[in-house]
Amino acid sequence: MKRLFIYTMLSIFFWSCNSDDPSEAPKVSTTFKFIHDWDGALIRDYNFGPIQYTTANGDLISFERFRYVISDITFTKANGEQIELDVYNLVDLTTETNMEYTPETRITPGDYSSVSFTFGLDNEDNAENYLDLNSANFNVPDMLGGGYHYMQFDGKFINSNMMEQGFNYHAIRAVDNSGANPSFPQDTFFTIDLGAITITNDVEFEVNVNIAEWFKTPNLWDLNVYNQMLMPNSTAQILMYENGQDAFSLGNVLQ
Amino acid sequence: MTLRLFFIIGLGFFLGCSNDDAVSNYQPTPQPLEIPQIFSENIIGPVIPSDNPQTVEGVALGKRLFFDRILSSNNTQSCASCHAPQNSFTDNTPTSVGVDGVFGTRNSMPLFNLAWNYEERFAWDGKELSLERQAEEPVQNPIELHNNWEDVIERLQNHPEYPELFRLAFNTTTITKTLTTKAIAQFERTLISANSKFDRYSLGQTNLTAQELNGLDIFLREDKGDCFHCHGNPNNPLWTDNDFHNNGLDATFSDFGLGAVTGDPNDNGKFRSPSLRNLAFTAPYMHDGRFATLDEVINFYSEGLQDSPTIDPLMKQIEQGGVQLSAQEKADLKAFLLSLSDPSFVNNSDFQN
Repeated sequence: MKRLFIYTMLSIFFWSCNSDDPSEAPKVSTTFKFIHDWDGALIRDYNFGPIQYTTANGDLISFERFRYVISDITFTKANGEQIELDVYNLVDLTTETNMEYTPETRITPGDYSSVSFTFGLDNEDNAENYLDLNSANFNVPDMLGGGYHYMQFDGKFINSNMMEQGFNYHAIRAVDNSGANPSFPQDTFFTIDLGAITITNDVEFEVNVNIAEWFKTPNLWDLNVYNQMLMPNSTAQILMYENGQDAFSLGNVLQ
Repeated sequence: MTLRLFFIIGLGFFLGCSNDDAVSNYQPTPQPLEIPQIFSENIIGPVIPSDNPQTVEGVALGKRLFFDRILSSNNTQSCASCHAPQNSFTDNTPTSVGVDGVFGTRNSMPLFNLAWNYEERFAWDGKELSLERQAEEPVQNPIELHNNWEDVIERLQNHPEYPELFRLAFNTTTITKTLTTKAIAQFERTLISANSKFDRYSLGQTNLTAQELNGLDIFLREDKGDCFHCHGNPNNPLWTDNDFHNNGLDATFSDFGLGAVTGDPNDNGKFRSPSLRNLAFTAPYMHDGRFATLDEVINFYSEGLQDSPTIDPLMKQIEQGGVQLSAQEKADLKAFLLSLSDPSFVNNSDFQN
């Protein structure tokens, strides 16, 4: 009698494990690996320093510092269901830190119509107090709207007088009326959609970042016009917002 | 007979154990750093090496060593000779004089909030990769304490008190260089400054004057001082990025700074951004102490920048010499900067000899 009871319980246990419900499938990890290039030429930290890259406008430039934040990684299913991870990651090419990011939350395998994330921080997230971003000195002063840089890109270019000059391509939330009561003409964070993918296992997305795009389309960027003190310049911020949209693309997917 | 034998052996075993336990069970008393509210609310925690936890006995030993001239070759100088509490643990000369009367080439760096140097690159040029390793260098530097560690260890080992102090701190009376520098580092990590007028303003405990607020505005405005990209902001109360920059002091370099450490010519002329805390006590300024006053520093950033191949692109209007502040703006900026000074730190009795 006792043996029969044990057999019965074990059978129930195994039958439940054999369920075909995909929601019961083991969840998998997702990793985002950021790879940077200049129109196809790989850029690593050791490429920083010398003036050696040419923008679409013909300006020769160098890199001194390049770091940006991505956030709110979102997996969307065909039925519109979304898994949004309320996370962020500060990618720093200058020191090659956080070049790969694996959110703690694992997701269910399956067909996703879109995998996306936010460049920068949406306004809600930008109003938070992030101790690690503060420690990284990534803040935007309150009179410029507060919150954080979306991107800090510092370098030098050869100006129209053939002199080396610094540029600070700092993307933030566009702001007008810097001071006690700043106003915001439009949002300048944006969504980067890596496209549809079927996830079957632990997966690594290579995210290609073509830095040359920030100077190329749709706005041909003239560093002699826009080089420094761009944070309080909402016109420049909106141009950056428009140019950044094509800088990110999906590379290899490994799973 | 057998029973009696077991009893005797057992008794001997327990007596033996109790003797050993008296030694091996001793543990120094943990003394975690007290994290100031302004830090815990804004920045990530301090860096404490897992192999050198803070203890009451370790800090006490480190403090004694820090102020003890026994570390120098001729018993005339201690760490505190160039890192004096009343000067926020620096000194008041452009560069520091060593035991043989020879001056070095760098300004003594103030010491505070060292556990929040997240990359753990210490000294002006970042050559010291931990606080413990930094503490090794001045002892054997020929123009500083000009000693050698073998002699230091022998002196400490033969001292009437130090072996017992090391036992209390590290559970051994065998003194080593590693334990000596660990103790000094423990003391140095307790040097926390977070009670300036601006800290109290940030915590809602006091108000700034209109001039100090104007100065903060200049500090933060990208089209004015733009100091915040390297020197922190109200959300980063360290008031430094602890990173390395060429801030335009020279057109050519006699001291390569970080470049001499990395061997990368792109790093030539780069030095670590010092914290702007406690400027009231730390004159003269810059890595070589070239500026005697804060006014000279502000004038330099306003009109005195020198271009060079590695000048940081964050430096602006270089061809005009700098950010071109008016006399009033300079005065306001200075007033704000002085609000970052913390008299309670330099007067803290825990940090005095």
